[in-house]
Amino acid sequence: MTIIRRFKRGAGQRRLQSFLRTFGLPLRGAIRKLDPRVQRRNPVLFVVWCGAALTTVVAFAEPFIGGPALSGGTVLPPGFSWAIAVWLWLTLLAANIAEALAEGRGRSHTTSLRLMRESTTAHRVRRYDETNDPGAHSTDVRDVNSAELQPGDMVVLTVGGVVPADGEVVWGIASVDESAITGESAPVIRESGGDRSAVTGGTRVLSDRIVVRVTAPIGDTVVDRMIDLAEGARRQKAPNELALSALLASFSISFVLIALTVNTIASPVAGPVSVPVLVALVACLVPTEIAALLSVTGIAGMYRLLQRNVLLDSGHALETAGDITTVLLDKTGTITQGDRRATRFVPVAGTSEDELLRAAALSSLSDPTPEGTSTIELTRRHGIVLDADASRAGRSVPFSALTRMSGRDLDDDGTSVRKGAESAILGWLKHTGTQQSRPVVDELRSVTAAIARSGGTPLVVASKPANGPGRVLGVIHLKDVVKDTVPARVNQLRLLGIRTVMVTGDNPLTAAAIAKEVGVDDFLGDATPKDKLDLIKREQAAGHFVAMSGDGTNDAPALAQADVGVAMNTGTAAAKEAANMIVLDDDPTKLVEIIEVGRRQMATRGALTTFNIANDLVRYVALFPALFVGVFPGLGALNILGLHSPASAILSTVIFSVVVIAILIPLALIGVPYRLTNLAQALNRNLLLYGLGGILVPVVGIKAIDLIVALIPGY
Amino acid sequence: MGWLLAVATGATMAVLLGVLYRPLGDYMAWVFTTSKDWTIERWLFRLVGVNSKSEQSWQAYLRAVLTFSAVGLVGLYFLQRTQHLLPYSLGLPPVPEDLAFNTAASFVGNTNWQSYSPEHTVGYLVQMAGLSVQNFVSAAVGLAVAIALVRGFASRRTGTLGNFWVDLVRGTLRILLPLSVLAAVILLAGGVVQNFNGFTEVTTVTGGTQSIPGGPVASQEAIKMLGTNGGGFFNANSAHPFENPAPWTNLVQIFLLLVIPFALPRTFGRMVDDHRMGYAIVATMAVFFVAVFTLLTIFELSGNGTAPQLAGGAMEGKEQRFGVVGSTLFASATTGTSGGAANSMHGSYTALGGMIAVLNMLLGEVSPGGVGAGLYTILVMAVIAVFLTGLLLGRAPVFLGKRIGVRELKLTSLFILVMPTLALVGMAVSLAIPAVHDEIVGTAMGNPGSHGLSEVMYAFVSAAINNGSAFAGFNANTPWLNTTLGVIILLGRFVPIALVLALAGSFASQDRAASQAAELPLHRPQFVGLLVGVIVFVSVPTFFPILTLGPLAEGLG
Repeated sequence: MTIIRRFKRGAGQRRLQSFLRTFGLPLRGAIRKLDPRVQRRNPVLFVVWCGAALTTVVAFAEPFIGGPALSGGTVLPPGFSWAIAVWLWLTLLAANIAEALAEGRGRSHTTSLRLMRESTTAHRVRRYDETNDPGAHSTDVRDVNSAELQPGDMVVLTVGGVVPADGEVVWGIASVDESAITGESAPVIRESGGDRSAVTGGTRVLSDRIVVRVTAPIGDTVVDRMIDLAEGARRQKAPNELALSALLASFSISFVLIALTVNTIASPVAGPVSVPVLVALVACLVPTEIAALLSVTGIAGMYRLLQRNVLLDSGHALETAGDITTVLLDKTGTITQGDRRATRFVPVAGTSEDELLRAAALSSLSDPTPEGTSTIELTRRHGIVLDADASRAGRSVPFSALTRMSGRDLDDDGTSVRKGAESAILGWLKHTGTQQSRPVVDELRSVTAAIARSGGTPLVVASKPANGPGRVLGVIHLKDVVKDTVPARVNQLRLLGIRTVMVTGDNPLTAAAIAKEVGVDDFLGDATPKDKLDLIKREQAAGHFVAMSGDGTNDAPALAQADVGVAMNTGTAAAKEAANMIVLDDDPTKLVEIIEVGRRQMATRGALTTFNIANDLVRYVALFPALFVGVFPGLGALNILGLHSPASAILSTVIFSVVVIAILIPLALIGVPYRLTNLAQALNRNLLLYGLGGILVPVVGIKAIDLIVALIPGY
Repeated sequence: MGWLLAVATGATMAVLLGVLYRPLGDYMAWVFTTSKDWTIERWLFRLVGVNSKSEQSWQAYLRAVLTFSAVGLVGLYFLQRTQHLLPYSLGLPPVPEDLAFNTAASFVGNTNWQSYSPEHTVGYLVQMAGLSVQNFVSAAVGLAVAIALVRGFASRRTGTLGNFWVDLVRGTLRILLPLSVLAAVILLAGGVVQNFNGFTEVTTVTGGTQSIPGGPVASQEAIKMLGTNGGGFFNANSAHPFENPAPWTNLVQIFLLLVIPFALPRTFGRMVDDHRMGYAIVATMAVFFVAVFTLLTIFELSGNGTAPQLAGGAMEGKEQRFGVVGSTLFASATTGTSGGAANSMHGSYTALGGMIAVLNMLLGEVSPGGVGAGLYTILVMAVIAVFLTGLLLGRAPVFLGKRIGVRELKLTSLFILVMPTLALVGMAVSLAIPAVHDEIVGTAMGNPGSHGLSEVMYAFVSAAINNGSAFAGFNANTPWLNTTLGVIILLGRFVPIALVLALAGSFASQDRAASQAAELPLHRPQFVGLLVGVIVFVSVPTFFPILTLGPLAEGLG
């Protein structure tokens, strides 16, 4: 992956430059973010910003309006206001560096994605003639800049050509190198019709010739928009983030309220607390850390998915991903290879296996479907090699929906071989004059029924010499081959507490067999696109959060209805529009990672919030006695931490805020580990770790800083 | 000795409440879920033109609550202003405007803050037709709002919360009225007076004359406690021998304060069909109650100084017949509910003991809180705790099958701001106006310095949280304080109610997910711990600086 290569290079050669790239850019970004117009978007940080500005003004004005004021009966050391002001600005800087750092990581990754989307030359077809010249062999082609392409334009791509924009193959088949996007070096096949027709701008054609219809202008594709998002340019807050922000804002308001009212309320018994002290009070008590790191966790989550080749359309999708309880898996393309393949030959009626194999091979010669090619491949593995002549001799009978058979009529002796569905073959034999005997039909039935029960598809092979009786030779056992990785993935989903449902258009019998093999919890056979949609709605009505992956146009409604819709990058444009995540390397089982990242992000926020709240409790203990201890010396008894002086207590707590943000940045970026223990235990552990930890860290931290601050004369 | 008594009394109370938890809770759930109206209820509904079968949206429910309370407020105000024209006034003049407003607001708001001395201000008619009626219906309003919130959790995408008029009538007729009749009889047996005698002049043994007040006390006393109202018939409230004659009537009164609030979690558990959740809520209430009672008793039993040591505790301001434990248990109950009744002078408690009483109110009155108000407050807090639990576990925050989203948390966030804002701003504004500042410091405060500040703080907190008890010594009967505190009481009562109903409406419009997979561990001790932590965190820190100026400065000085 690009980013990893980049880091390696930096570490080896130019340390300083790498350091600058890692911290210099974020620092500049952080300083830029100190603009109040930017800060206003984050209410908590804006409160701190206002406080820092106010303290700075006070610090400037103090020499003119008369020295550092008496605060709550305590004389503050000279330069106290300046110290507070400086550390508050540092707090803000630390808070913003975290976000800039996270954005920087995302950006370095997306740069490589964007690079390949820059403009290239495209061969645009003028007046494309769909019916007479679908391959655009004789149509006029003009070279244009890819930036000029509009949706609906036709472009021709040949070997070595770079796909100029996202589009759909309308003619031809080609192997395409998509490594620039997916990081996978193996080329993939893209062909017209069906669900493998989408090509992505920036990928390279390695073989053959295709005609592509542009579906989105460059710079405005779904993927482009998602890249923007990953860079933080269009980040919107997700629901949980908004909800947490509301709570944090409420806490902040209550502390601002204290600062605004405390002097008046204290007026009957004590002198006023000075402005810098009040500002320090608010700045320390508002939940600065979590407010600063909340967006970081969101960006970090997106980045983590980006590293796994998943783009999302919003932070919302990622958050929802953590809540997923049901996953819909499309059988075709997700669980199985998508093609039925020959796995076994079963001779019947005393036919020799060799004869069956030959006939099967012959009948498949002109059958380009996976059924045909896999039959030939399997016969070859059994040692049947058809000589070159045989493959040309005779007349091929292609598959038609009417006959439901394919096969070949041989020249030399006029023998016909056919393969097809049982009823079709029996019908053909009867039609050509030979009714099969009862025992043969019974034997055949029992074989085909067994194959169907096991989830396979039986294809019957028969032959009829020119002037002899036709015979049933045997059965080809076709089977959907389950992808090697899938059962393990399904098991992982189960460990995450997620229900898996397989959806397929196959008959329920076949579906049941495959469901059993894969280990999914439930399945839906004979499913139409509407059935999928209904299933999702049903699950949602029962309170489940549903994720599904798909790539076909007919998946689009279901993808849109699902809480998390994951489309493959090769999927149709409609599917990608409807989905809220796109998997760049077309691995539909990415859902496991997506859900894990979503949960980890939530858990990280919970940990940070708990830590922050626990932190605050210690800060009260450090700060509040210091406010009025000058008036009521007895309050010194509340100085549990034994801090040196009121001024030192306040300054140390402010400095601690900066330190703790710095400590928490890596936690926010990496995320807390999400383990699959039982929830009650997990709650115990997290409360203990982040709650108790949140109390111990500031106790040690503030005390340690206080010991240093106490060395400064005057404190 | 004191200790044994404290444990024994506390345990007795716990057993009594525990015995009634299920039957009373289930009974209340039945009252609010049955579809059958009593005949008298049907008459009432026909009288006010209400269709008892029609369901209300949260807005309609809120409108009904506000309309009903507004009518009550105006009615009570004019009743006080015209009492000299009405019978049974005992010859008392009309109540002054500001005081009449304050009293009306206070009784309609289930607060029963009394800036006045009742026996010298209001006659029997106002007491019975005005104050007592509000004692019933203001409690029934709180009950109705709590039930509406529970229905929000229990309903499945209905968007409606029941019918306020039905809840009001049933809460009054089927719960408060029968229980208070029973309680009144028990109190009568204990020696609480019940007559229409007015003042009786007697000559004492030393030859002086004394004016002995009478009145329909027992009937009012019952609902004063049962409805967590707290407005005493006499100025001395439950310290008066005619209101609370004996140690055992004292226990009865405490029991009456606590019985409905502590049984409501059962009602909640039954209505949402999750008793474990009900136990988690009642456990949280109990944790606070026990903590407050223990701390308060510690501080009062170990009061410093020669006199307290000789007396076996800080006995100043406490009745000899109740002793320290009878007083601290009462104080824990009255500040933990929206009771506001008092059988001892909280202002005379040790400084730290007094602070515990304030803290108990600051917690938002959830230990166990006022009738209805306690349940809805703790459920709002539980929403926050569930949200945090969900975050900590990386799971969707789902509470009883309802998703806690942005809207729900925004309403919750506003809810927790109401009380601190009212109390702090009210106090600050009052002290910022020079004339009022001088008035408060010069005349209203019963003591100078920190203790005086504690009195002011106690008054504003008590009003904002609708408690109604006072830090004795503070004279709030001034036009400014009567008006300000009256406004704070009304806002402190109805703004949270509006937010709670909005929250209920937003839950009611959601379907109830029955998913087991997404279920968070919300009924275990660690959730109770988290809920306790959340309640402490959202309330206490805001007031910590003022506590350092008042009770802490005094207690540690």
